Amino acid sequence: MHHEVSLPGTGFEVTVILIGLTLLITYFAAYRKHTHWPVYRLLLWGAGVLLAVVSLAGPLAGSAHGDFTLHMVVHLFLGMLAPLLFVLSKPIELILKTLPVLKARKLSAFMKNSRYLHVLHIPATGAILNIGGLFLLYMTGLFNQMHSSLVIFILVHLHVFLAGYLFTHVILEMDFTVRRYSFYHRATVLVLALAGHKILSKMIYATPPEGVSRAAGESGAELMYYGGDLIDVALIVLICYQWYLHRQRKYAIQPEPLNVI
Amino acid sequence: MSDQKQHVWSGILFGIGLMVVIDEVIFHQLLQWHHLYDQSTTSVGIIADGLLTSFGFFAAVFGLFMFADLRKKSATRWKRWIGSVCLGAGGFQLFDGIISHKLLQIHQIRYGVDILPYDIAWNLFALALIIVGAVIVKRTPFNREA
Repeated sequence: MHHEVSLPGTGFEVTVILIGLTLLITYFAAYRKHTHWPVYRLLLWGAGVLLAVVSLAGPLAGSAHGDFTLHMVVHLFLGMLAPLLFVLSKPIELILKTLPVLKARKLSAFMKNSRYLHVLHIPATGAILNIGGLFLLYMTGLFNQMHSSLVIFILVHLHVFLAGYLFTHVILEMDFTVRRYSFYHRATVLVLALAGHKILSKMIYATPPEGVSRAAGESGAELMYYGGDLIDVALIVLICYQWYLHRQRKYAIQPEPLNVI
Repeated sequence: MSDQKQHVWSGILFGIGLMVVIDEVIFHQLLQWHHLYDQSTTSVGIIADGLLTSFGFFAAVFGLFMFADLRKKSATRWKRWIGSVCLGAGGFQLFDGIISHKLLQIHQIRYGVDILPYDIAWNLFALALIIVGAVIVKRTPFNREA
């Protein structure tokens, strides 16, 4: 694979950095406009943008082309950690709160009425796009083709990020969503998707993708497995914490007879 | 769910999760008796193991949040909860020992040794945990007036 290290090229990297800057500036402008938006969300957004950018441009992205373990670092950053940071910074809510009222209403009505978005918001859709996409990437020749075609490379990375974001967004329901699902529904899909991620990392361990050596496949798969565990635990803690908060709010509304000891 | 039941479910879920994590940390990482994957692992084994680990992580965290919720809404009886943890942990270990190790053959406890004593110790310990847990839970009913 070493002869293809030059991909994807400077033009691509500059574009990525420009998109990253645009995302940062847009969020910052909205943050300034909103009077009570917490600063930690701005920092989370910034960290998310930074992780996504270093996954695609710069030294880490460059080395990830010939090194399967580093490729997995990129995979964890771009497909799991950056999406989580983006979801935690609630960008959609920020947009809706800083747009002029009429425009915000139009936008939220458009999102709530869009059939397409409703289908995307089914938790299983996010899980299948996310984990299913990874199965396609690593279990077919796609991984190898990705390194010789810039178009495929861009599409794959765009998909990994967007599917990761959609999945995290729908499972956690922390930001504005077009539809709400019960905790148990989302938790079940989360457990199944995490299982899929673990199963896939073992399959990569057993049969690495074309063009990846056995040793590289093993260390990459181990990183995917145990690194994935860390982010999985974060997702599980967040979804359970929300369940807990929701229950506390219920007690606050009707304190009798639950608080009588 | 009654507080009485919430004690038991919270404990059982946390117990299951605790066992999964202990298994990962002690047997996989520290002792390295069994690994992430070895060539004899069947695809059923890989799928079952993925589902179990993933559910275990969730159970450990959700069990603790259920317990935190219990503390907020009423009160807790620690002994009853700990008994339920033993019940969950023992139940999972027995399941692991019989279904995963023997029926599905996902992996063995250890390789390159006579496995029988390991299997017996594993499952007896699981049974002991279940019995101890059941006795404690039975003896520590929970109602808020008590």
